[in-house]
Amino acid sequence: MGSGIWVIGEIEGYGLHPVTQELLSKSRSLREELGEELSCLLVGHDVARFKEEPFRYGADRVILVEDSSLEPFSETQFGKIIAELAREKGPTIILSGATERAKAFMPIAQTILETGLTANCMDLAIDPQTKVLLQTRPAYGGNLMATIVCRERRPQMATVRAGVFKAEQLSEWKVGPVEEVELKDELRQNPLTQVAFEPKSDDEAIPDYKGADVVVVAGRGVAEKGLIEKLKVIAQALGGVLGATRPVTDMGLLPRHAQIGQTGQVVSPTLYLGFGVSGAAPHTIGIQGSKVIVAVNKDPEAPIFKLANYGIVGDAKEIIDLLVDRLRDRTGRGEQNV
Amino acid sequence: MEIICCIKQVPATDTVRFDPEKGTLIREGIVAEINPYDLFALEAAVQLRESYGGRVTVLSMGPPQAEEAIREAISRGADGGILLSDRAFAGSDTLATSYILKKAIEKIGSWDVVLCGKQTTDGDTAQVGPGLAARLGCTCITCVEAIERMEDGRFRVRRRLEEGTYTLEADSPLVITIEMGANSPRVPSLKGKMRAKKAEIPIFTKEDIGAEDEMIGLAGSPTSVDSTYVPEFKGTHEMIQGTPAEQVDALLKIFREAGV
Repeated sequence: MGSGIWVIGEIEGYGLHPVTQELLSKSRSLREELGEELSCLLVGHDVARFKEEPFRYGADRVILVEDSSLEPFSETQFGKIIAELAREKGPTIILSGATERAKAFMPIAQTILETGLTANCMDLAIDPQTKVLLQTRPAYGGNLMATIVCRERRPQMATVRAGVFKAEQLSEWKVGPVEEVELKDELRQNPLTQVAFEPKSDDEAIPDYKGADVVVVAGRGVAEKGLIEKLKVIAQALGGVLGATRPVTDMGLLPRHAQIGQTGQVVSPTLYLGFGVSGAAPHTIGIQGSKVIVAVNKDPEAPIFKLANYGIVGDAKEIIDLLVDRLRDRTGRGEQNV
Repeated sequence: MEIICCIKQVPATDTVRFDPEKGTLIREGIVAEINPYDLFALEAAVQLRESYGGRVTVLSMGPPQAEEAIREAISRGADGGILLSDRAFAGSDTLATSYILKKAIEKIGSWDVVLCGKQTTDGDTAQVGPGLAARLGCTCITCVEAIERMEDGRFRVRRRLEEGTYTLEADSPLVITIEMGANSPRVPSLKGKMRAKKAEIPIFTKEDIGAEDEMIGLAGSPTSVDSTYVPEFKGTHEMIQGTPAEQVDALLKIFREAGV
């Protein structure tokens, strides 16, 4: 019996970050296959109050490191703490969400531990023979899926994007052991001093791309201000959100958070509606979970048509204009609705 | 201020094509460019030099042709550059890469700040910057949008995380990764192009930086590719024919069927 699977818990708002819930849920099956304990690490300034929540998602144990020096967040300090704990306790696997914080502290811990780290995994499994963690991630910008292994060294480390796995609470759960760890003085050194914090303002509030039922996407082929405005109307009429491919956000036509794809938002709507989207792999990797994919593009050879369930070869502009009119008719409430 | 800026030459994303049958990269037609994220790090580096004086040295690991990327960086304002190139570096994952960069930076000697792009468009790991900081044993700050140096010599940065923007202070030496869109990268100037053309780009090999064999290349890389597959999209594939008006009718029907 090895020394377990660790999920690094993160907090968002008043509870565990969704990606932590998702990772704990997924790790339950990894634990069965490995026959090892599943622990959730909570490391931070004010995290003890969340110590029961990981058990709801299947953690066997919580390792709690609460210390006032952990604010503001410093990846340097955080990474050292994870590495020190891992050296002491020898976990087989360390997983975390691919949040901005984890993307910073996981490589620091990895480097101190001289082991492998696989970023942005889309799937995790245990090899039945070798018991090695199979870490599947997009390669070559999503043109290929590659399964990465870290055969020799331990722990095996991976980050996973939010929305890849499903969060499932246990129907019955009980609180397990909570192991409280005191930090040594050297690990209480936080190199950062916080001078100010500005919360994200309401007008830059990010739409819920991940949970959206309809995602309309503007590609390079419709990268004009007027068309973007019309696509906003369509997205709104369908009760969805408007996203874009990277060239469009790079041009500043939509905010950066609107970028859909491997390096932006990963979406899994009922309906994906792409206009002027060519279908480059970095984009399509982020839309794989869509139920119905509809694409409009003037180029019949555009790769988007290989994955689209329904395609229209034609002038996206013309289709957009007609669609705006028809959706107005459909809602029957005229201009004021949009 | 001595500034080191790490850049990588990557295939331009929209020129990457893949042979689904053979499962291999189609090499022809691939255009190399500076990793787009790195352009923001480079611009931040050049702005720091403009404000506080000093020197911007670009550091890149890659095949001999990655020299082009360093010349382009000089044309965009860097003072000079060094190419890390050796067959022994091939196959390095992020752990080995951060080791090689660290050895090169130690050879360069004194520096105040290392700037990296947030991630690359080809590897997309965002691991090398923080890993390099760990190797150098210095403080790392990722997702940074603005940097200034205070009168007392400390650095003040603005870092954007999911919930908002933090203003933080820290002592150098620092490894900072720059957020995409943090600034407007300047285009190569004519004068810059002239300088780039004439610049001598030293090449550092494994021996030059004193790298140990077991730390680099495949031997120094704990991760390996076990298998690959081409992602497939299942389900119907139907092209909607007819006039634009008929096509839009069909779309509305599809929306209804999808329950939208």
